[in-house]
Amino acid sequence: MARLNINGTVRDIEVDPNTPLLWVLREQAGLTGSKYGCGVAQCGACTVHIDGNPVRSCVLPVSALSAEQQITTIEGLSKDGSHPLQQAWLKLDVPQCGYCQSGMIMAAAGLLQRNPKPSDADIDAEITNICRCGTYNRVREAIKLAASGLPAKQDT
Amino acid sequence: MSMATQVSRRSFLIGSASAIGGLSLGFHVPFAEAAAAQKAAEVNAWVVVQPDDQVIIRIARSEMGQGTLTGLAQLVAEELECDWSKVTTEYPTPGQNLARDRVWGSFSTGGSRGIRDSHEYVRQGGATAREMLIAAAAAEWKVPASECAAANSVITHTPSGRKVSFGKVATAAAKVTPPKQVTLKDPKNWKIAGKPLPRLDTADKLTGKQIYGTDLQLPGMLNATVRACPYFGGKVKSFDASSASKMPGVRKVMQIDDTTLAVVADTWWQAKTAMDALTIEWDQGPNAGVSSESIAEMLKDGLDAKDAFVQTTAGDAPAALSKAKKTVSAVYAYPYQNHATMEPMNATARYTPQKCEVWVPTQNGEASLAAAAEAAGLPVQQCEVYKLHLGGGFGRRGNFQDYVRQSVLIAKQMPGTPIKMIWTREEDMLHGQYHPTTQCKLTAALDDEGNVTAMHMRISGQSILAAVRPEGMQGGKDPAVFQGLNLTGDEGHIGYTIPNLLIDHAMRNPPVPPGFWRGVNLNQNAFYLESFVEELAHAAGVDPLEFRRRLLKNHPKHLAVLESVAKGIGWDTPAPKGVGRGLAQIMGFGSYVAAAAEVSVTDGQLKIHRIVAATDAGHIVNPAQVERQVEGSFVYGLSAALFGECTMQGGRMVEDNFHTYQVMRMAEMPKVDTHIVPSGGFWGGVGEPTIAVAAPAVLNALFAASGKRIRTLPLKKHSLA
Repeated sequence: MARLNINGTVRDIEVDPNTPLLWVLREQAGLTGSKYGCGVAQCGACTVHIDGNPVRSCVLPVSALSAEQQITTIEGLSKDGSHPLQQAWLKLDVPQCGYCQSGMIMAAAGLLQRNPKPSDADIDAEITNICRCGTYNRVREAIKLAASGLPAKQDT
Repeated sequence: MSMATQVSRRSFLIGSASAIGGLSLGFHVPFAEAAAAQKAAEVNAWVVVQPDDQVIIRIARSEMGQGTLTGLAQLVAEELECDWSKVTTEYPTPGQNLARDRVWGSFSTGGSRGIRDSHEYVRQGGATAREMLIAAAAAEWKVPASECAAANSVITHTPSGRKVSFGKVATAAAKVTPPKQVTLKDPKNWKIAGKPLPRLDTADKLTGKQIYGTDLQLPGMLNATVRACPYFGGKVKSFDASSASKMPGVRKVMQIDDTTLAVVADTWWQAKTAMDALTIEWDQGPNAGVSSESIAEMLKDGLDAKDAFVQTTAGDAPAALSKAKKTVSAVYAYPYQNHATMEPMNATARYTPQKCEVWVPTQNGEASLAAAAEAAGLPVQQCEVYKLHLGGGFGRRGNFQDYVRQSVLIAKQMPGTPIKMIWTREEDMLHGQYHPTTQCKLTAALDDEGNVTAMHMRISGQSILAAVRPEGMQGGKDPAVFQGLNLTGDEGHIGYTIPNLLIDHAMRNPPVPPGFWRGVNLNQNAFYLESFVEELAHAAGVDPLEFRRRLLKNHPKHLAVLESVAKGIGWDTPAPKGVGRGLAQIMGFGSYVAAAAEVSVTDGQLKIHRIVAATDAGHIVNPAQVERQVEGSFVYGLSAALFGECTMQGGRMVEDNFHTYQVMRMAEMPKVDTHIVPSGGFWGGVGEPTIAVAAPAVLNALFAASGKRIRTLPLKKHSLA
């Protein structure tokens, strides 16, 4: 049994406490936006926030969490896709296959929370998620666009 | 944004039984459900129009990130003359395609063929539907159809100014006899196609709503994972399931064939945990002594072997080489690489003795259907496949349907229960269909003026077709090995005119499963050829751009993309201190591509500063998507060049996850400037060709910066200090 606060709702979940948070989110909470990519905290597709900090949920057992800790997934980042990063991502049409993008956006949201105007070097250091389609340059642009808080022109 | 955030039971049941087509599910609004509610009319196979003017365009090829879905919809919409803002898309199912005499043609999505193979018939589909809609309006108005025109989903009777929207006449249009012939627009007049429109599938990828194969939920569904013998050619010797089968949630531990075990449980994590608890003894089979070193020796033997398959010849290269005053020779090598799609292989199957259904992210729905039928032992008419968006494909999910086969074999042991099977990343890495290994020996002759008078390019190594598509072999020869090196043809003709030329292949097939990997053989061949041409330029004491200009004088399209990147990188101005520049060009997948790179080396570390790329794909359907494919090609191609290697040891692969199979990340990613330079008159692919020029452009720049010539990939094995 685990008591978890997921996207603002506290739930009691019947689960082996050794189960990684990722699989509790996906299989017990029905939130499949966080993805399985590697299972060893390498790729970042499973990134969620714990109290605003990005973590790789595929290696975090739910026994390490308490109900006081706020878990935020891509589904809880905004109600309607209106988070500045989601809007920037939309404006720049960032995703290709899209599988890594929930994790990318959550990693970026964590970065902006700590560092609202990240430099290129900050982005290089903090956004270590893997994308195989190759969206990195547009991810970078979108982070900067969201950070700028300025209305953006439609990118082609 | 799509209304379908979850795949509901109802949508599946209605979808699979629907009279209107039983179209694919979990992909935007489950079509049949929406159609039933809206009385949508199928004007023809490609176009469905709802009373509210929403247009559903059917897409036969798969979307895996490459943007084909949007591009194909643009082509249909262009001819249909519909309002682009009212377009949604839908996958027809492979079963429906079969039942309707393959009205949608091929479902295969590989070889950068999504658009270049189907542009004509999908545009005809749009144009035919437009003519049927016009005919229906004209009949209602009792006027000649020739007096009517369609634009933006509205038909206008020009003399009277009367107007009607598509949605009002769609039902009548569906009954109109289709015209036998339609005239397609000149691309010069395109309004929707050719434009940098945003993708149709972005919004749900930003909120977690997009359903991939791994995310599928069906009522009563169980979860599974598999473990297949990691030794190529080996099998299961024995296994002990006594503790695993008692673990929480476990429903069944099973052996599904000679090589593979599966665990079915309530959740995937339970299945995976129980799998880890299985005691398995493998029979390592006949290849346990095979290693990367032994494979390299096997290929090395082919470099000078007497017998080889000859593909490209001009003049008499051996004679010219033997008489030459000055020759240059070098040997190159390319390792095995894994596709490493972000979404591991997976499929969900439900089997009963009467019907087998599979939900799968696949590059080829028809291949999935065939694999499902074979594994189920049912007639193909009693099977169906529902395609889902792919979390990456890159060639792994087209020809190869091992995961479909496995999922059906699992489901077969628990009839009636839908079972979702997901591979672990480790399973994915150890059971790839690997980008094959080859080596290449190049020998060329230079005359006193620095002209290349003869060249012999000997490729030694693995054939993909011999292993996976023997029907494509030509008298024992694998023509795909010569991608980019042919004298003519879309699959890559060589741009260099060399009076005495011989390109041949000594086939050496190690016991490792090879596959089509994004870029296929063009990647190895461009690395060999474009690196060696720079070696020749340096040996001749000629600037590498000038050297190529001379060789490319008979191939203006090859030269044009090269000139474009040379200009973009500023080739005629000196590079900044410490920075080296490199070039590469090649033709493949119907397109001409080139790249120029700027790099430097500091403390033994390579830094790629900037890439300029150019693509001539003839016609461009969506320049914004082409840019993304070109940029992405450098991530895929440079991951391969810098890091990509699967090592054989004791008959199995060593690298089993991203900590050992390193790929490029944000910090390594250079800026990419893309020049789209379509010359018109042909249709080339864009998803793959640019990958091939990534490695040679960067490694030629590395030579310029450091004097180090890299002839064996990946770069990580070399010290730059």
